[in-house]
Formats: sequence, structure tokens, C-alpha cells
Amino acid sequence: MTPRTDRFAVGDRVRTRTVDVDGHTRLPRYARGAVGVVVQPAGVHPLADDRARGVSGPPQTVYHVRFAAADLFGAGDHTVTVELWNDYLTPVEGP
Amino acid sequence: MSHDSSLISAQVRHVEALLEQRGLLDAGEIDTRIDEFLAGGTPANGARIVARAWVDPGFASRLLADANGAIREIGLSMAGGLQEQRLKVVANTDGEHNVVVCTLCSCYPIALLGPSPGWYKSEAYRSRVVRDPRGVLREFGVELPAGTQVSVWDASAESRYLVLPRRPEGTEGLAEDELAALVTRKGLIGTAAV
Repeated sequence: MTPRTDRFAVGDRVRTRTVDVDGHTRLPRYARGAVGVVVQPAGVHPLADDRARGVSGPPQTVYHVRFAAADLFGAGDHTVTVELWNDYLTPVEGP
Repeated sequence: MSHDSSLISAQVRHVEALLEQRGLLDAGEIDTRIDEFLAGGTPANGARIVARAWVDPGFASRLLADANGAIREIGLSMAGGLQEQRLKVVANTDGEHNVVVCTLCSCYPIALLGPSPGWYKSEAYRSRVVRDPRGVLREFGVELPAGTQVSVWDASAESRYLVLPRRPEGTEGLAEDELAALVTRKGLIGTAAV
């Protein structure tokens, strides 16, 4: 079996999607459309959004993605690390 | 927060009754399954993990790299539910304090620690700790130095989290079980120093 290749590496910058999905999702609203940094893969799991609708899809990598609070809320010196499925994320190019 | 009088409790009782009427569930089967799920789950497990990590640096580094594997060394497991859940342990240091929340519901390492405290499931905690962790921690009596980085972990997917608190000063002479007795459930969630 070919080893699974993760789409993102630790340190990659990613942006979360902005869609207001019509149903269950595990992308918290406060983290929509935000740019964060991948800190670690967090296992490979079927997308919760699909499972909640009774749809089966291939498992995909989940990542711990760290955000600066200021980027999420406009204030705060802390970070928030959220676990996000691959489908929620797009790469952010450049520094 | 569930109460017997709440709408959701009534709905759950209704569905349970329908499932029993149609022979899909035996009477009391859900209670039995819940009891099985919770059997052995107690914050004392988390305290044992922490105390071992304090006395054994090798265990501590294995715990941070692969918590599921490390806790098996001391006879614990995250496999108490339907499937083994991934455990992620986050360590407090001189410069960083970690705190855990599930903003979307109330995910918590139940199989290991038992049921979560009521405040952990409250909307107030879940909505506020991601925005203002220093303020929430202050209400819990944890005053962090301005230079301490606060890291909030939102259990939004399949991992469950445990905070590894810093070993208190002046505990060099304590045995492992005495150290474990210092560790609180709040310490394991990050809303207490230990």
C-alpha cells in the first residue's frame, strides 16, 4: 500500500473556508475564513459533516491548526488551536 | 445542560420508548451501555498519568509524542467507548499555559476521566474561554503572568485532550502516589494550575 501523503506539512499556513454550510459542520463559526498554521496532523477520519448526513466518504487527514486570537476576534494575545478536516482548508501561499 | 424537564430529555425518552416498543432495544439497555462506558473512568486516571510524567521524563516525552501508546504502559486506555479515541496531551511550561474546551458540544476524555464537570458543558465557559481565556482563568482563581502564552485547544474533531500541569515547587520529596493526590480535574482541563 502506498503511504498516505498529507496535503499539508507542519508549519504550513492554511485558510479555512467561509461557506455557511446547510447542516452539521465541525468548523466553528469563529474560525471561518481565518488564516492559521498547521501544528500537527490529528489522525485520519471520515468527514463529520458527511457522517451527520448519512453520507460515506473516504477518511481524510485532520489537522491541529493554530490561530492567533487577534486574527479570530480582533483582540487577545492568546492562540486557539482547532482540529480541522482537510476539506475545510486551502493553502495560503507566501510568507 | 440536561435536566429531566428539558425538551431534549423528553425527546430522548420518547425515542428510547419507541425503540423499546419496536424491539430494537431491550429495556434498560442504554443505561447498561452508559454504565459500561463510564466504568473505570475517573480523574484519578489523569492524576496517575501526570504523576508518572513528573517522575519519569522518558514517559513524559512518550506521552507528548503518542499519548495513547504511553498510557497503555500504565494500564490505561482510550478504548472504553465504541472505538479508541486519539488522546493529545499538552504540557504546561514556564512560558505556556494550556486550557481545553469543546466549543461545539462537550467533547472530553470520558472513557479515561469519567463525566465532565457541569461548567465544562456550559455555554458560558464554551463561548468565553476561546475569546478571553485569561479572564475566564482569573474567575477560576488562576492568575497568569502577562508573559505567559495562553494556548486554548478546541476539541472540534476526533481527538480528546489532557493538560499536563507543571510540577509544583517543593514536591521533590514526594512519592508518585502523593504527587498524584495533588492533581485536580480542573488541572487536567487547564482551569487550575495543578
